[in-house]
Amino acid sequence: MSDDAIPAAMVPPAAPPPGLRALRRGLVLSGLAVLLIAAAIAAAATGAAGIPPGRLAAALGLVGGPAAEIARDQLVLFSIRLPRIVLAVAVGALLATAGTIMQGLFRNPLADPGLVGVSAGAGLAAAATIVLGDTLLAGTRLGGAIGPELLPLAAFLGALAVTALLYRIATREGRTSIATLLLAGLALGALAGAGTGLLVFLADDRQLRDITFWTLGSLAGATWPKVAAIAPFLVATLVALPVIARGLDLLVLGEAEAFHMGVPVERLKRFAIVLVAAAAGAAVAAAGVIGFVGIVVPHLLRLVIGPGHRALLPAAVLLGGLVLLAADTLARTLAAPAELPVGIVTAILGAPFFLVLLLRQRAVVGL
Amino acid sequence: MTAIVLRDVTVRAGRTTLLDAVDLTVAPGEIIAVVGPNGAGKSTLMRVLSGELSRGRGRVLLKGEDIAACSPSRLATLRAVLSQSVAVAFPFTVEEIVRMGAGGSRGAAIDTLVDAMLAEVDLAMLRHRTITTLSGGEQHRAHLARVLVQLARGEAAAGPGVLLLDEPTAALDLRHQIDVVAAVRARAAAGTAVVAVLHDLNLAAAVADRVVALHRGRIAADGAPRTVITPDLLARVFGVDLRSCGLPAGVPCVLPHMITPRGRSAPPVAESDERR
Repeated sequence: MSDDAIPAAMVPPAAPPPGLRALRRGLVLSGLAVLLIAAAIAAAATGAAGIPPGRLAAALGLVGGPAAEIARDQLVLFSIRLPRIVLAVAVGALLATAGTIMQGLFRNPLADPGLVGVSAGAGLAAAATIVLGDTLLAGTRLGGAIGPELLPLAAFLGALAVTALLYRIATREGRTSIATLLLAGLALGALAGAGTGLLVFLADDRQLRDITFWTLGSLAGATWPKVAAIAPFLVATLVALPVIARGLDLLVLGEAEAFHMGVPVERLKRFAIVLVAAAAGAAVAAAGVIGFVGIVVPHLLRLVIGPGHRALLPAAVLLGGLVLLAADTLARTLAAPAELPVGIVTAILGAPFFLVLLLRQRAVVGL
Repeated sequence: MTAIVLRDVTVRAGRTTLLDAVDLTVAPGEIIAVVGPNGAGKSTLMRVLSGELSRGRGRVLLKGEDIAACSPSRLATLRAVLSQSVAVAFPFTVEEIVRMGAGGSRGAAIDTLVDAMLAEVDLAMLRHRTITTLSGGEQHRAHLARVLVQLARGEAAAGPGVLLLDEPTAALDLRHQIDVVAAVRARAAAGTAVVAVLHDLNLAAAVADRVVALHRGRIAADGAPRTVITPDLLARVFGVDLRSCGLPAGVPCVLPHMITPRGRSAPPVAESDERR
């Protein structure tokens, strides 16, 4: 370990005084909330059937207008656009939260449920539920009853299995090797992909369509029942965030140090793994595998408000929702009336970002 | 009350015995230096004392409480631990790191404590810097300040506690080495029991009230520095021959207790000159 002081010229500018940082946290959180509402209104107004602001207000019952037009707008708004907006925000929030917690758990900014196979595991479990569930339950009264309620649960279990396995593989004596994490994640992701491929081989046409939807990642199938199916996971995750924030901060110093400072480390780790799986699993069940939101969002936020999880986690919820809502609105308007899978949009924006992050971390990661 | 009691502690990993029937008692205010060659069991002993390793045979009492029955948060009020090296993955500032020592607590008292500890480790000027941009020694001092905050908070709640240090001076320059020695002395004078793993036998001799020499998982010697650090023990434990404890003529030698910090009022270790 070198003890040479770093020359002043090479040192990045000092962080702002703590008062300013706290003020900035408040500003960022409220700014993100305002932006999210504005983006939701804009997203509600845009689309294949445009609803200008005046008619939007009428459809919401705020002002009067022609009855036929209102009825048509309300139909578009309440049964197509609003569920999609709510689902985009919920899935974005879940993905960003899963990424943030995972990075805290693995003590590295490169961890992301999409990259290390957690989402693939969730997708495999969901696909297995569709294909095998139908087959196994074919003769019974439950045949064809595998609905949106069961998928989040299956996806959660798939994500849980991969996350727990990854932690066992990549962490030795309280230290996590990021190279092992990424490579093991790659292997597990490939394995889950192969499993999904096998299911594709077994699937009938209807099942095939459903599975394809998962592997691409899209919010096109948004309905209120889908929103309702992941709502419990979202609520549970949000409620858990304040509980886990301080432990994650201390875990950044290492497992031994966190224990020295009074954190029940094993319990915290199990809790974090379950939370990551719940958030990533619910997101995958609702929208398929959407990458990079979980890696871009926390990184950007750390640059602005610092790495403390008490502010980082709620900010990630807001920015994650905002980012995915914006990406999804782009996805459905760029090539309207056709639409791109949103997973492609986030990958195009996120993959170069990840590469830059990786190159800057190269010395640390040891690649 | 005795600060630390180890009774018949044995730790095994597979077939290797890391600690073999170790008994150790430390009184409040005592400074214990743990010395020994690589693999002697020093780190294992520290992990047993900190409560990290609780699977072995034997009992460990901190201030009369069996650590096997203590929750992590209770342990955190009884003892504070400075590890040899701590890697921080995210860009926390020095002050945020030091504040972690106070747990989730906030308020004016914590602010004052954090300021005092930052000043004590000479990092007040760097408090808003990101810790990952600091040198290894500076990072180590930041973690020392964090540990001292935790110790102070624990002692405010439960009386004089236990401070465990693993190579506290290894990464530091001379000036900051003697600052650490002074900080440790001040805590011990106020009743804290200190156990420090030290490789530097000269430092151990100068600072410690007692030196515990470990050899192959057993305590080979335990007593005042002049009775433990002897040619016989060095031959037996470290496998080296020492002709005399005096200095060969003409070879420069700088030992912490010879140093007086410039611009400071009192030399913190000046009273220990007769220890060799």
